[in-house]
Amino acid sequence: MELSDQIAQYLVSGLSTGAIYALIGLGFAIIYNSTEIINFAQGELVMLGGMFALFFINFLHLPLPLAVLSAVASTTAAGVLFERLTIRPLKAATPLSLIIITIGGSILIRGIAMLVWGKDTHAIPAFSGTEPILIGTATILPQHLWIFALTLLAIAMNKLFFNYTITGKAMRACAVNKRAAGLVGIDVRKMVLYSFAISASLGSLAGIIVAPLTMTSYDVGIMLGLKGFCAAIIGGLSAGAGTVLGGLLLGVLESLGAGLISSGYKDAIAFIILLLILFIRPQGLFGKAETERV
Amino acid sequence: MRFLNSEILKFILLALFILILPHVAHEGYLLNVLVFVGIHSILALALNLLLGYAGQISLGHAGFFGLGAYISGILTATYSLNPWIAMLIAASVVTLLSFAVGFPVLKLKGHYLAMATLGLGVIIYIVFNEAVDYTGGPSGLSGIPNLSIGTFSFDTDIRNYYLIWTFALIAIALSLNLVHSRIGRALRAIHDSEVAARVMGVNARLMKVQIFALSAGLSAIAGSLYAHTMTFVSPASFGFNFSVELVTMVIIGGLASIYGSLLGAALLTVLPELLRAFQDYDIIVYGLLLIIMTMFMPGGLAKGFPQAASYLRTRFGKRSSPDA
Repeated sequence: MELSDQIAQYLVSGLSTGAIYALIGLGFAIIYNSTEIINFAQGELVMLGGMFALFFINFLHLPLPLAVLSAVASTTAAGVLFERLTIRPLKAATPLSLIIITIGGSILIRGIAMLVWGKDTHAIPAFSGTEPILIGTATILPQHLWIFALTLLAIAMNKLFFNYTITGKAMRACAVNKRAAGLVGIDVRKMVLYSFAISASLGSLAGIIVAPLTMTSYDVGIMLGLKGFCAAIIGGLSAGAGTVLGGLLLGVLESLGAGLISSGYKDAIAFIILLLILFIRPQGLFGKAETERV
Repeated sequence: MRFLNSEILKFILLALFILILPHVAHEGYLLNVLVFVGIHSILALALNLLLGYAGQISLGHAGFFGLGAYISGILTATYSLNPWIAMLIAASVVTLLSFAVGFPVLKLKGHYLAMATLGLGVIIYIVFNEAVDYTGGPSGLSGIPNLSIGTFSFDTDIRNYYLIWTFALIAIALSLNLVHSRIGRALRAIHDSEVAARVMGVNARLMKVQIFALSAGLSAIAGSLYAHTMTFVSPASFGFNFSVELVTMVIIGGLASIYGSLLGAALLTVLPELLRAFQDYDIIVYGLLLIIMTMFMPGGLAKGFPQAASYLRTRFGKRSSPDA
């Protein structure tokens, strides 16, 4: 294979993993914007999505669309439960206590998943076969197309929700200024709950559509979560185009790095990018610098 | 002055307790657990200086612990250097490295700091796995010699116990001295309000980096001790999970409490042994502990016990007062 063909192939697979990172990153950004919490359990919700899909497809033998919807619904319920049980009752929340409590939650979810589904790696059937499609010189799997289509759909629906519904606008108001939002009659606590629900459903969708390509197990959440966070940081924690571009960029760089430099250090690439961005442009690649309020 | 005396008394009592303990718990297996309590105590103490006193989180301390273990292990097993010199080199290298890296890292705050230190830890962990020529990769590095003085080799559990607890006691004494000094007060000022601390003339930026480097260096010494005690190291011991475990020890023991770190380390080392029957599911207990402690006992055990006692007293007081 020519080098240019190889690169085309890396781009295709990079973009599809990038789309996954973008979905997970959006989940981080949505929660962060309405609560200023970085939800360390976000990756576990991604894992739960895949695991629930496995349960509904392989165990209950539901038809695929129904199984996907059920898996998203179950994970969203788990996300809501997590917020109600840990975040909301927390008195005097400091950044440190929020970090620790969400880490505790992520460990707990991972442990329960291990208890329920065991430590094995599981496969989910691809949505529509595994016959590769030839595009130019690169081959693409039908599952890649599903990933692109469903990611686009999810992003479009988010955009519509945040821009054109009263709840979405209320959530954006909370992101700008919680006190002011409360003063104009917005139920801030409810918006926080909604933000956990939305990011859980986005995360679970990511976990479900990637599972046929990469398999799933109880411990896939850590890495996927961290990569998603990295995407959100590149995008300056914006719940929009920035994070999506960040995810795609990360996916492509990682895929090129793994293909052309070293596959063993593939996971290190994301973290080196993360550190560089945090050191040099903590406001993200596309954001403006913010002055800190004391 | 009275305060100082009570500190010294507490320390002497602890030292005596540690001296006598093996005569009570002399069974080999138990002694082995106590060796680990010692190593974990040094680590929890190191992290507490950063997390509890300066208020800066690190989710990458397992990486520094691992660097200490690997540098010491490689220098002695592959290049047959004297273990003591290897330990000194490991501690110096890690201290200098973390000092350099500390400047950009500790400019970050809160979640960003957590993620950056986590990233550092994961990168170090990946290097342990991938630099197979030096580290032996996932299967680990074996043949690390024990520490020795002359012909006296620290090759039994009881000898290692006294060796490691000597280091732990020195670390405790130095930490107590540090936190009761001007530097300790400056660190707590940074914890409460960095801006206020800077206004008062504390060079917050430099001090945070210094305490980060000290904490990493101390962790590296613990790593070196671990390598020479176990005579074998593998990447699995230095992953993200262990970083979280260290944070759990500090939180459970009590932030900004030296003896709390000991308590947290002891509890989290002994607990998995007791939970052996649950095998890997002890992870669920960790998760629950973290959540419950943060929600209901944010001061940790060290502050939680006296708090609970005074709570019970006031409750009793209220109940008995109508009768009186």
